[in-house]
Amino acid sequence: MAAVLALTAVGLSLTFGVMRVVNVAHGEFFMLGAVLAWVVAQAVPSAPLGFVAALILCPLVVGAVAALADTAILKRLNYDPEATIVATIGISYILQQGALSFFGPDARAVEAPFSLRLQFPWFGYSGYKLFVVVAAGLVLLAVWLFMTRSRAGLVMRATQVDRNTARAFGINVDRVYAGTFALGAALAAVAAVLIVPIQQAHYLMGHDPLLLSFIVVIIGGLGSIRGTLIAALLIGLSDGIISMFFTPTLAKIVATLAVALVLVFRPQGLFGARA
Amino acid sequence: MRALSLHLAVLALLLGLHFVLPAYHHANLARIMVLAVFAMGYNIAFGYTGLLSLGHALLLSAGMFGAGLLIQHFGLTAAPALLIGTLAGAAMAAVTGLLALRTTGVSLMIVTLMFAQAGYLTLLYFGAVTGGDEGFPVPAAGRVAFGLNLAAEGPRYLVALGLFAVALMGNLALVRSRFGRVMVAMRENEERSRMLGYNPFAVKLGLMALSGLYAGAAGAFYGVMFGYVGATFATIPYSILPLLYVLLGGAGVTLGPLLGAVLMFYLIDLASSHTTVQLAVTGGALLVLVLFAPKGILGSLRERGLASWLP
Amino acid sequence: MASMILQAEGLKRHFGGLKAVDGVDLALNAGEIHALIGPNGAGKTTLVSLLSGRQVPDAGTIRFDGADITRLPAHERVRRGIGYTFQITAIYAGLSVFDNLALAVQRGHPRDLSGAVTEAAARVGLEALLPQIAGTLSYGHQRLLEIGMGLALHPRLLILDEPTQGFAAGEIEGFMALVRGLVPATTVLLIEHNMDVVMALAERITVLDQGRVLASGLPAEIRANRAVQDAYLGGSHAGD
Repeated sequence: MAAVLALTAVGLSLTFGVMRVVNVAHGEFFMLGAVLAWVVAQAVPSAPLGFVAALILCPLVVGAVAALADTAILKRLNYDPEATIVATIGISYILQQGALSFFGPDARAVEAPFSLRLQFPWFGYSGYKLFVVVAAGLVLLAVWLFMTRSRAGLVMRATQVDRNTARAFGINVDRVYAGTFALGAALAAVAAVLIVPIQQAHYLMGHDPLLLSFIVVIIGGLGSIRGTLIAALLIGLSDGIISMFFTPTLAKIVATLAVALVLVFRPQGLFGARA
Repeated sequence: MRALSLHLAVLALLLGLHFVLPAYHHANLARIMVLAVFAMGYNIAFGYTGLLSLGHALLLSAGMFGAGLLIQHFGLTAAPALLIGTLAGAAMAAVTGLLALRTTGVSLMIVTLMFAQAGYLTLLYFGAVTGGDEGFPVPAAGRVAFGLNLAAEGPRYLVALGLFAVALMGNLALVRSRFGRVMVAMRENEERSRMLGYNPFAVKLGLMALSGLYAGAAGAFYGVMFGYVGATFATIPYSILPLLYVLLGGAGVTLGPLLGAVLMFYLIDLASSHTTVQLAVTGGALLVLVLFAPKGILGSLRERGLASWLP
Repeated sequence: MASMILQAEGLKRHFGGLKAVDGVDLALNAGEIHALIGPNGAGKTTLVSLLSGRQVPDAGTIRFDGADITRLPAHERVRRGIGYTFQITAIYAGLSVFDNLALAVQRGHPRDLSGAVTEAAARVGLEALLPQIAGTLSYGHQRLLEIGMGLALHPRLLILDEPTQGFAAGEIEGFMALVRGLVPATTVLLIEHNMDVVMALAERITVLDQGRVLASGLPAEIRANRAVQDAYLGGSHAGD
């Protein structure tokens, strides 16, 4: 699951890195993506076709919701770090309510677009899970190329370094922020669409990925995309290993405490650059 | 003088309501007063000292489980269990504060959130003892304190009022004391306070522990009075709750938590009697407050000069 | 030979390649007014940060009243009697003048707090403004409040960082009288740009340049020092 985790975490990392905003509603964007994927799957009769449609539509819709939230709320707070956290908590409650009201409290499953099973002599592996890993990897690569090579990525990085200077150079900071916030949310939605055939869509499903993403982003160093990727892989892999020895609850306790301690003693993250 | 009279008048009003309120609201108000004590503790940390914690559910549940487990497994009576539960809240705040207060601002928010989450998971992990998500009812024998049966409506209200009165007057005394001045100084300008010879870490740690004392007391009394102890009280929404009350009523105002608790409690009560949208009400209230009234009701009044004497 | 209240030896503080303070020795005699001068970027602010404990030196020792305080945190040093006033006014803008002063005054645990606060306000002429919110004061009054807070700590050594910045000419006279009244009970370390103030007040002067002590001595000696003239005072003082 490291791949999907990385996607979600990179979205969070992106919003923090460029905007200095800790988005508590990130898990709810993930949830929204999953729920929408189910809606699209219901509307489109063929499973593969529905999946493709969801993969395109969900990130767009979630991104639009995020952009709206940014311009309507976060911008008016002037991106004050503490106020935005409180505001995103509010947004997350509202999104949960929305999903609960329109979608109901039950978990819904979405059919995988294909059910190929790779049989090795000693164990079987679901072809879809393999596909998820490859797809997530491709998206991450695309994000990385976008950030480092494209003009828009350059603009975003410039804004990250110094908001005011960027403004002075004629960059529309408001649009960059809305775009970044939307992109971050869209990444969470992509991750959600990918994972829905494996897990199920549920209105409270945002909690776990949020916590895990927090862990990944913080251990990787807030705002550093490379660190986030390494941390996601490490945690995704070690999560499996730890849960072989401990119960999942104990594994989560250890992980949450680890995040707290990293923040206390190494605020720049394990892989982040020194401030 | 004016402030003292106002506080005493509020307490007198609450006592008067004991005799006139219909049963439903009578029970609600008892609950609200205990929750207001929780919020008052939060206000000491956030409103006065400027420490934005997102982990006060941990302190609430420390008090609740501290008292509840002692009654359940060791057959303690209510009075010592309430005392130990209250102290457990302070101790938990001090221990986590030792680590968390090395950070500030956003990091502090995340660290406290993580500690609370770890606490919640720990309660689940030891589900055999704590009852996990299901919780456990507090035995009737453990709900009698000082000859008062806390399970009965009348004594329960009066005990809640007693707790609230002690907490409120303690809060007022703190705000007017020399230490209270230092507390506000930390919020206003920590570096300046250091250069006046105050140790910011020690001051903040002491206030965090005091905040935990309030939260622990609220947790212990809530569990014993309403006869139920459960891990739900350790979840994130219970960390957000006092923030919401304080933001609504007015951060850094002694009566803010009570006002916020009353309004928010009835807002959600009203909303959920018609539909099931309490999540949206909570979320919407947070957004409206942050956007339009970051000082809360009493804070805005004070700012406009209408009640500049409010402590 | 007067007894020394503060002795710094071999202080160093580097930021990357920049040697902000590069091996400075400084000794203050008890009860004197000692001025620290030097061009912008000479390392005055960093040196003062090291003395007050807001930064930790990379090397060197600081002794105050015979005890080694090199590693003591800033608030501990204040408790031992090193008062500090900020160069950039750092009052509590949201609190009243009374509360601002009380925060300093109550460190001495006086029985009658409001009496002691009124007294502290009177020393800087702010007694009429006690109930006012500090952030609404005029700039000059905010500077006075800043100094008043430093004085109210009753420090044995008071570090005044650019105190006269933003004062009108008339206010400077009052300020100089105030500082003269502090000695010899309090030792004063004065960081100052205004040379008239320095020459009128200081008993001894230390000149910093590029993180090092360029010269140290009586005002007359400093005035006559050719190196100081070249580095700092400029040619116009050469004929004095």
